[in-house]
Amino acid sequence: MLSYDDTVSLLPALAVAVPIVAACVLLMIGRRAPRPLVDGIAAATSAGVVAMLAVLLAHAGNGRVINWVGRWHPKNGYSVGIVLVGDEVGAGVALLAACLVLLALIYSWRYFEGVEAHYHCLMLLFLAGMVGFALTGDLFDMFVFFELMGAAAYALTGFKVEDATAVQGALNFGIINSLGAYIGLIGIGALFARVGNLTLPQLHEALAKHPPDALIVASFVAVLTAFLVKGAMVPFHFWLADAHAVAPTPVCVLFSGVMVPLGVYAVFRVYWLVFADVLPGSAVRRTFIVLGALTAVIGAVMCFAQRHFKRLLAYSTIAHVGLFLVAAGCLTESGTAGALLYVAGHAGVKSALFLLAGVMLNRYGSVDEIDLFGRGRDTRLTKWLFVIGGLALAGLPPFGTALGKAVGEEAGLSSGYEWVPVLFVAVSAVTGGAVLRVTGRVYFGLGDPPRPSDRSTSGSQEETEVPRLLPRVRITMLVPILVLLLGALALGVLPGAHEAAERAAGHFIDSAAYAKEALSGVAVHAAAVPPVGNWTLSGVLLGLLSAGLAVLCAAGALYSRRVGVWERATRGLDRGVDGLRALHSGHVGDYVAWLMTGMVALGAFVGIPLR
Amino acid sequence: MSVYAYLVAVFVLLVGAFGIVRSRNLVHAVVCLSIAQSGTYILLLAVGYQSKATPPVFGSPATKPTKAVAEPLVQAMALTDIVVSATVTALLLAIAVQIHKRHNTVDPNELAALRG
Repeated sequence: MLSYDDTVSLLPALAVAVPIVAACVLLMIGRRAPRPLVDGIAAATSAGVVAMLAVLLAHAGNGRVINWVGRWHPKNGYSVGIVLVGDEVGAGVALLAACLVLLALIYSWRYFEGVEAHYHCLMLLFLAGMVGFALTGDLFDMFVFFELMGAAAYALTGFKVEDATAVQGALNFGIINSLGAYIGLIGIGALFARVGNLTLPQLHEALAKHPPDALIVASFVAVLTAFLVKGAMVPFHFWLADAHAVAPTPVCVLFSGVMVPLGVYAVFRVYWLVFADVLPGSAVRRTFIVLGALTAVIGAVMCFAQRHFKRLLAYSTIAHVGLFLVAAGCLTESGTAGALLYVAGHAGVKSALFLLAGVMLNRYGSVDEIDLFGRGRDTRLTKWLFVIGGLALAGLPPFGTALGKAVGEEAGLSSGYEWVPVLFVAVSAVTGGAVLRVTGRVYFGLGDPPRPSDRSTSGSQEETEVPRLLPRVRITMLVPILVLLLGALALGVLPGAHEAAERAAGHFIDSAAYAKEALSGVAVHAAAVPPVGNWTLSGVLLGLLSAGLAVLCAAGALYSRRVGVWERATRGLDRGVDGLRALHSGHVGDYVAWLMTGMVALGAFVGIPLR
Repeated sequence: MSVYAYLVAVFVLLVGAFGIVRSRNLVHAVVCLSIAQSGTYILLLAVGYQSKATPPVFGSPATKPTKAVAEPLVQAMALTDIVVSATVTALLLAIAVQIHKRHNTVDPNELAALRG
């Protein structure tokens, strides 16, 4: 008979295994089973995973939940087994993934009518991959789960196989991500050669005594490349817009909401546990901050330059992961806390916006801003949901996005980067402004009638996901959108959210305690966090400022022909943007060339200061 | 183990990546991807290799080996890696077939659906 604690320590393994088993069951019965049964099994499984991970997260607050799979417990601090570790951040990210999968499945319930059980099966495998990736304490398993979620994601991206853009996007996504993973595996192999072990706690103990030699720097760069590809950092980001623009809407929710942030999670999981004691913090911090800022700026500019709404949201995700990298890249507790809050808030808002893009696609048969000018004026609720989503993305308090942004800005300032608040406000305002611009055009018919332009991918060829265009929004589509927006709101309103994030961040960066707890099984009590409130005055003001600037950006773009200053200012900018657009060529060879260039640059950034 | 095996591993990975950059055919690009992955098999096996070591097979009940044995962990990893490769290659080739159906070409230079 299992004791209660034993049962809890099984949860990390169960949360990975249950969706895989359910996916196999669905594959077996999917042909004959009626669609409601398939939907029911898939939704019930993901709801079960949500419940398991919620219990795990509650326990992780009192100490990490350790599971040496198959009871290969360490003897004298050594084990060849593999370990799953549920700490607050790992369990929290996994819980976020499970919640989003559940909502995406509910959204697909009556919406994605043509699909068979493959779709549900792939969604559950994707969930298993993400949960495993978040909970594993083993570097090689990170590679395996990276590829498991990758393979499910490639298949889901190309799910609309009749759609010419979908298959191209899926192939680009697959090649770039897999190549990134293999480069990461080279780094993992090199680390194994040095240390003879690949569990994160043992790597931590073994490397803490090493000087930083060329092999360790090279393996850091290789492993980092893999996770930065997943995290869509410039110049590894090209696959993201192609994949997001073409994947079915409920799948985009998972990509933007959690899969891409998981890349950032892995960067810092591995940095803190394996490399933090070997490599000097200053060189690594500079690398992260420069890379994050570059990503945020390029993402924001490309976001504003899109007319395909899903592609626009995809570039906005690139801009926001850049901000997460800047916040967590400060390598402080409060920076990590800011990134955690921002990831959670962003997941709610961005997922809601993607689901709204699905509503747009399946009512009007297009997601193109220019084609749909004024088409949505007769809607009542949808247009206001778009407005709320746009403002929340821009960081309007009290949404969780604004809280994460405020904490991240503070962290940047206290690490000595005075320009960080400017970057955060500008990027939030531009991305939020782009969403508001589309909303204004499509749902309010505002602004001058747009001129057609063929400089960027148009959104009118997107294949719809329902057999006939919907006359009105279905309740199963509306509920997930409302839940996501309310969740993002709750994150900022609930007292203690910031404090909980600080505590989780403190445990996340305390790698010595992680290693000790995993190897000896003895809980290590961390120092208590002083109580902090959610909001500061400057945070609220900067949030209001970026929301206001977003409205101005949208208005400027909508009425550009009437505002002479705006038109002159943007004309010069347009030429630069066209150059940037030309780089996003949709050519997989170009993307690989950028990937290799980025890796070399990364090596130079980390390696040269060490000489 | 001599350093050459490691150099070969990295070389094979880079050749594969270069092949994708220069590719004029998506099937060729997918095969180049699996060539790049072969670099990782070489690396993993090189890490576990010892000259004059026996395979890591023990009797039952396990007796303590008298001679050096090759590292079994990396061999297990290489096997997992091969399974991953088979999945990804099959999936990507299927997508390449579908691209041919939709675009009537498998030359990445002629695919122009996604730009900017």
